[in-house]
Amino acid sequence: MDTVILISQVIMSLALILTFVRVVRGPSLPDRVVALELFSTTVVGLVGVYAIKSDVASFLDAAIVIALMGFLAAMAFARFLERGGPRDD
Amino acid sequence: MIDFIKGTLIIAGSLFILLAAVGLLRLPDLLTRMHATTKAAALGVILVMLAAAMHFAEVGIVARSFAIIVFILMTAPVAAHVIGRAGYFVGSKLWSGTVKDELRPNYDPLTHELKSGLETQENAKRQPRETDPD
Repeated sequence: MDTVILISQVIMSLALILTFVRVVRGPSLPDRVVALELFSTTVVGLVGVYAIKSDVASFLDAAIVIALMGFLAAMAFARFLERGGPRDD
Repeated sequence: MIDFIKGTLIIAGSLFILLAAVGLLRLPDLLTRMHATTKAAALGVILVMLAAAMHFAEVGIVARSFAIIVFILMTAPVAAHVIGRAGYFVGSKLWSGTVKDELRPNYDPLTHELKSGLETQENAKRQPRETDPD
């Protein structure tokens, strides 16, 4: 089981790296917002896997909070874009 | 047996998340990138949370992981809709191979108005007509 968890952690870290490439390269601000949302979703997956590995169920509460924060950040960025705030992208 | 199912779920979930990241990196424009991330990443997290529910197998923790699943199923489409809408309004470029953009002829980016093509004086009165069915 530990090997499986290690493999999945490596895979998700790779996903984080690929997402980070898009955050850096992303031609416009909406692309970066989408990439940041995928960031938070990937971290929720990582936290879930770590909860299984360490046998501590409280990590799932942290996963809920991270998912909520990602959603709220996406909503706030979208409001910001639609209101036409200052942009430098 | 349950270890095997758990391992399969974890690996499948992380592969789906990797697939979402590859799609985000490789696809050509904002809407196709969102199409990759929202669905594949949500499915990946759902599989991982199912594995967590099977691992702990207690009522409170299973309920908690199902709460995460329901939360992601509710918020992922809403966030994708809001970002896609904002991205279209700020004029993010569509892919050159886009076949149909139904908003383009009806939406006015300057006044932020959406016309249906049925704006006549007759319709503006909002009165029932002779030809309407009862």
